[in-house]
Order: sequence, then structure tokens, then C-alpha cells
Amino acid sequence: MTLSGALEVASCTDPGMVRSHNEDSIASDGDQGLVVLADGMGGYNAGEVASGMATTVIITELQQLLVKRLPYEIDAHSGKLVAHQLLHEQIAKANTSIYQAAQSQPQYAGMGTTLVVALFYDNKMTVAHIGDSRLYRLRGGELRQVTKDHSLLQEQIDSGVITPQQARQSQNKNLVTRALGIDPIVEAEIHDYDTKPEDIYLLCSDGLCDMVSDDDIGLALQTLSSNLKLCAQHLVQTANDNGGRDNISVILVRVLRDYPAPRSIVGKMMSWFK
Amino acid sequence: MAKLILSMDNLVLKEIALTKERTTIGRKPHNDIQIDNLAVSGEHAVIVTILQDSFLEDLGSTNGTVVNGQPIKKHFLQNSDIIELGKYKLKYVNEAVTGQAKAADFEKTMVLRPGPVRAATPAPAPPAVAVPPVAAPVAAAAAAGAKNFGDTVAGQSATAPPVAPPKPAPAPQKNAALQLLSGANAGKELDLTKPLTTLGKPGVQVAVITRRPQGFFITHVEGASFPVVNGKTLDAQAHSLNDHDVIELAGVKMEFFLKT
Repeated sequence: MTLSGALEVASCTDPGMVRSHNEDSIASDGDQGLVVLADGMGGYNAGEVASGMATTVIITELQQLLVKRLPYEIDAHSGKLVAHQLLHEQIAKANTSIYQAAQSQPQYAGMGTTLVVALFYDNKMTVAHIGDSRLYRLRGGELRQVTKDHSLLQEQIDSGVITPQQARQSQNKNLVTRALGIDPIVEAEIHDYDTKPEDIYLLCSDGLCDMVSDDDIGLALQTLSSNLKLCAQHLVQTANDNGGRDNISVILVRVLRDYPAPRSIVGKMMSWFK
Repeated sequence: MAKLILSMDNLVLKEIALTKERTTIGRKPHNDIQIDNLAVSGEHAVIVTILQDSFLEDLGSTNGTVVNGQPIKKHFLQNSDIIELGKYKLKYVNEAVTGQAKAADFEKTMVLRPGPVRAATPAPAPPAVAVPPVAAPVAAAAAAGAKNFGDTVAGQSATAPPVAPPKPAPAPQKNAALQLLSGANAGKELDLTKPLTTLGKPGVQVAVITRRPQGFFITHVEGASFPVVNGKTLDAQAHSLNDHDVIELAGVKMEFFLKT
């Protein structure tokens, strides 16, 4: 299955102004409708190793699997949507790889990574995420945060301990409650969303959303939507102009046209007679 | 680590480090911070500390708790807040903010592991009197996580690194504007106040002027032809604008100038 021409993808990743190396990792395949972003953590270069393993495992495995399997069908064994099944399995695989590397090699002990993956198919997208890397949507001039962080601050906001305004003042930033590669088993949060032509999706690491306000992100996506590459570079540049204290990664996806799943004639006939 | 400085009539009495998850304040001797004064209730207030953040809560005291002159029920403490209890003053000092030394450690993402850790350590779970019940597991999880940083973060010290809130973008010193020199709106002025201002006709030729701490820059966005500045055609790179530069774009000439 290919979505060739349905999506435009642009990305940019930068170590920022303070860090010497980039622990973020990004990968994308526009024709398969697949984008992956990971923000690694751990000493020395372990963060890069973890995020690199996550993006590589997920993108290469899914690229191969999507040739054979259609994400919009129902899996015969689990009764789940194939898209969910594939994401679930490949995230588990990436988690095991990172976890085992961390257990067996002392220099990688304790490494882990956040993850946000979006898979586009049949005028929809399935988003899986773990940790505090985010996915935003710009539709009709309005920017909305789609994913909800797995972080201490988000838990505090949810339980009413602090307000979202106070959260920006908090000292407890960057404490994630879920990450890939830390425990033998991890559960990703997986949801489906409808997409529309002209939608713009932004996947980013916390290096962007901690440094740039949602208003400025929305303004950039809106004004520079006709040049996605420039828009991605501009977002990274703005984060750096504001201090760039963490690695900054951005993936932008614009929906250019509808991309319904190619149903078979028989399938269509069946649906008429239902 | 955050601390409180207790004083009366500008005389410092003592310093108390906020090491416990709950630090109680009151007149009775069982409080962590005992203030023996009749204006202070037996159990007056409590400070709940979750890693680097502290929250002050009044426990239904007779005379109330005042922070920076405002009576509060519950308050998210910020560095150098002044808590007033009768004649006594408690200054909240969070050294994570004041001593932001190790820049390299800023913004390091770390993992809290609430599930397995909480199961392993028998949760102390004190009967949280005034804290809403939902907050208790969060606080417990946070405390448990804090003990385990050494396990989860490779090559990190056991303390969470200090993190400063993001500074607002340093705006360029000067304001700038464009004056149209040709076309239907010749003579009109356009102030460049937004971080991004687009110029031109969508689908034909568009450029953007970005307002950055370093100054103003023009960049080509879309269209076959590129903007011309002072008679020179630009490439895809951002171009720094100087006072009185003349820009040609989509058949319109305009002058960039700095305002004082």
C-alpha cells in the first residue's frame, strides 16, 4: 500500500544551544504514511543509542510489514485493528531491544527513550506515544495538542494539584512516568483520529514545546504552511533563539489530499447490501 | 533543595530545609516547624514537597495564612515567597532556581517509575488530612521515584537537576516597519510587530520576515521567483535586513526601516 502524493513530510533535528550531542532521533516514510520521533535519555551516548534503536526498529519493521498487511483491516487473531496490532508489537520489540541492551552492557544501563509514532492510512491516523514527546494538529487555524504527556506534571495537572499555568513555573519538568526501554514491558497509548486535507501535524520533542509557546508554534505552522521545510527550520531556530536548552526535533506532516483505503469491488457490494 | 527562613521583626530565627514530603507548621510541639505564639493555630499549615516543587496549604487555621500579602487556602510556592503567620515570617527559598549553575544538566529528561517501585517499597502513605485524596498517590510515586534516580538514570547524580523556567525571548532592541513604495497601497506602512510577517500573494510569491533577537530576516517561502533586496536576487537562505533596504516582491517595492 502506498500513499504517494497524499502526504508532505518535512523534518528538522538540532542539538540545541547547550548540549554537545543530539539524543533525539527521527525517521519518516511519507509513501508508507509513517513518522517516528524519539527523545533518548541516559548518560554518555546511551540516550542516542536508545532513541536510535527505537526509531530504526519501528520504521524498518513497519515498512516491511505494511507491504503485506493492510492497517485498516481487522486482525483475525486478536480482533484488533491491524494498525494497532502492528504498532503494539513493534513498540514491544523496540522496548525489548533497548531493555536488553541496557541490561547486558553497563555503559547503557538505565537508558530509555520517549516515543511518538503516527501511521496514516484510509483518511485516518493512528498515534502511539510514550513519555513527553508530543503530536499537535493544526486544523482551520487552530492548534491543538493531540497527545497527553506521560509526565509527573501532567499527572499533577490531572489530579488538580497544579494548574497548567503553574506547570510552566514548575521545577519538576522533564520527569516522565513512562519510557521505552526502562522496564521489560511498556504500554504505549494508542488512539485513532480522522484526518482532513490541509491538516498539518507536528511531532516534536520537549526541546520545542518547553522553549516555544503554543501560540508561536501555531503562528509558524499557519504562516509557513506553504513551505514545510522552512517551517520546520523556523521552529527549531525559534527554540534556539529562546535558549535552546535541550535537543530540538520536529516532524511536520501535511495532508495534501484524501487517501481512502482501496476497497475491493466485492467489499463495496457487500457494504451496499448490508 | 528548598528551604524556609523563619524570621520575626526582620530578625532571622532559623532555617528549615524542606526535606520531608510533608512539613507541618503550628503552635503544638509535634509540628515540624513549631511557632509558639497564640496567633498561630495548633495545626496551622502544611507544606507538601514533591521533588523540586512545594505547595503550601492552610489547615483551617483561626487567623489564616498569608503569602505575599494575600490570604491563601492553597498556594504553589515560588522562590522568595513570604509566608506570614501572625508576627512571624517564613521566606521560601528554592535554591534550584537561585543557584542555576550546571547548565549542562538542565532539561535532562528522566524517568519516574511509579508502578514497580511503589509496589516494592511499603508506601508510608500518611493519612493525608488536607491534601485531596487523588494527590496522595502522585506524591508517593514522586517520592519513590526520587529514591530511584540512581537506578534509572545512567551517570547521573541522585538529585534531580535544577531546571529554570524558560526565559521569554529577548526581543530585538528596535522596532521596524515596511513602507510600500509602489502598487495600489503605495505610501502605506506596515509595522513588523509579530515574530513572523508574510508578504506577497499566496500561490504566486510569498516571503516571510522573521523578527529574531539578532534582528530582522527575510526568507523566501513559495513561488518561482525569489525576493530582490537592493537590486540583488536572494537565494533560499534567510537574509538579514538593514535599515532602508529596498525589497521587491510580487511586483511591489517596499522599504524596510528601523523605528526608534
